[in-house]
Amino acid sequence: MEYFLIVFSAIFVNNIVLAQFLGICPFLGVSGKVSTSVGMGGAVMFVMTLATIVTYIIQYYILIPFGISYMQTISYILVIASLVQMVEIILKKISPALYQALGVFLPLITTNCAILGVAILVIQNEFNLLESVIFAVANALGFTLAIWIFSGIREQLEIMDLPKGMKGVPAALLIAGLLSMAFMGFAGIV
Amino acid sequence: MPPILPGKHLWKEESMTNKDIFKRGLIKENAVFVQLLGMCPVLGVTSTAINGLGMGLATTFVLIMSSIVVSLVKSFIPDKVRIPAFIVIIASFVTVVDLVMAGFFPGLHEQLGLFIPLIVVNCLVLGRAEAFGSKNTPFKAVLDGLGMGLGFTLALVLLGSMREILGSLSLFGLKFVEADGILIFVLAPGAFIALGFLIAIINVLKKRFA
Amino acid sequence: MAKKESTFFNMVFSLSVITLVASAALGYVYEFTKEPIAAAQLAKKVRAISVVVPEYNNNPVEDMYLAAIPGSNDSLEIYPAYQNGELVAAAVRSFSPKGYSGNVWLMVGFIPDGSIFDISVLEHKETPGLGTKMADESFKAQFRNKNPQNFNLKVKKDGGDVDALTGATITSRAFGDAAYTAWKTFMEGGKHD
Repeated sequence: MEYFLIVFSAIFVNNIVLAQFLGICPFLGVSGKVSTSVGMGGAVMFVMTLATIVTYIIQYYILIPFGISYMQTISYILVIASLVQMVEIILKKISPALYQALGVFLPLITTNCAILGVAILVIQNEFNLLESVIFAVANALGFTLAIWIFSGIREQLEIMDLPKGMKGVPAALLIAGLLSMAFMGFAGIV
Repeated sequence: MPPILPGKHLWKEESMTNKDIFKRGLIKENAVFVQLLGMCPVLGVTSTAINGLGMGLATTFVLIMSSIVVSLVKSFIPDKVRIPAFIVIIASFVTVVDLVMAGFFPGLHEQLGLFIPLIVVNCLVLGRAEAFGSKNTPFKAVLDGLGMGLGFTLALVLLGSMREILGSLSLFGLKFVEADGILIFVLAPGAFIALGFLIAIINVLKKRFA
Repeated sequence: MAKKESTFFNMVFSLSVITLVASAALGYVYEFTKEPIAAAQLAKKVRAISVVVPEYNNNPVEDMYLAAIPGSNDSLEIYPAYQNGELVAAAVRSFSPKGYSGNVWLMVGFIPDGSIFDISVLEHKETPGLGTKMADESFKAQFRNKNPQNFNLKVKKDGGDVDALTGATITSRAFGDAAYTAWKTFMEGGKHD
């Protein structure tokens, strides 16, 4: 598959949040402010890329050779959980500044299904290692883009006068729907 | 909104009867409409009612089984490793569901696809194991899991039916008008919009009856 | 019973026990479901083959052979269908990497002169509601009884003969591409068997 198509499709056409419904919890939960949403995006990119590489290696060098592919879910989620812990510890030691910026988001990432989702998707799509890394980075970018735009709109939404029942989550979901519709337009480009 | 392990502060466990434990998950503290947990599968698989039902039941099974096991082994697990331990337990039951579904319901398995392994990271499951299963008897854990799971299933079926009726003019695969529906409800944007309206309606109803 | 303290030994011990028990249990479930899963996959394959070729009385799955895709290192599975020993058609399990996300897998049935008998969609991850319509009768009908020799499997936008699905040009392209790969492989790699 051409690299450009992987990147374009992952960021715009099949946006991980708006079209694939992965990572909805942080998308709705952490998108109140623009600054936090970008921080979350950065943390996701870091962990997603790392997790995809490690799970890729586990899949092709342990699970498949030993014929235990059914351990995929359990081993992947353990890898992701320990990876998040490790990243947290290492960041704290070597870059307190970066830890300050990303630290609060890290625990949330273990239960971010976008990470596990992408790790499984690269296996299902039969990507090689390079394609997998590109796919992971592109999806993280797509996630960041979606959550960034969304948080910008939600900041405005706070000061809007809305019908009582629509306030908060319902309005946010409608906005997400409109965004998703807008992103569908990218399908026509390629 | 959703904290990582939500719901701890929502109720007082001691004063609740078994009936309350079961009942609250259905509507009052519905995982989807009230607690906003497990949104990924809620949006991802509800293009038809039957997919919603399958996903809901699969999640309920994992919820009940992992709650039982967690409440059985809770005193053997040191506090600091309890989350990883819970995750392993949950992941095992998810894999069981995955394998059994692939073997006996291949059609549904194909439809739900990626969202089956992703039950592992459904915050609802880990949240219940941590907030309830790890503090209560297995029997209460079953009631809690059943209530929460059925509430989750109810939400998925409701949203799935709504999208299927509007989007393809059919329900549970039975077409009642030979025409095209409003396509957008089957597509991704429709999931967000339908859920948004559903939650708004429930908010309004809750206020009216409260 | 008192809660176990979080000593290093206790932590490692309890996690190892849980993981061991879990792996053993999963191994058992895996063994138990292995056959049903294989049977389900086989049934799916047989169903796909039987709709894309005319009546046959051999076992195409047993007679399956691999044929190299011309100009590529990959090969495709070809399932020949014989009626009383005479080759009536062959189903080619083909794919295209040109879909939106991942491969689009088709089962394409050819009669011996290379004309398409029918096509069925096996696996894909295209957009629900748009790309998934490639499995619809209205889209597939245009390929029936066409010989790719004089029916260009590219979409009309690219100068071919295929009417693309609305809003899913990429998927339609991938569909045509997979069918073309199947045809090429069948004509060049498949005839000699």
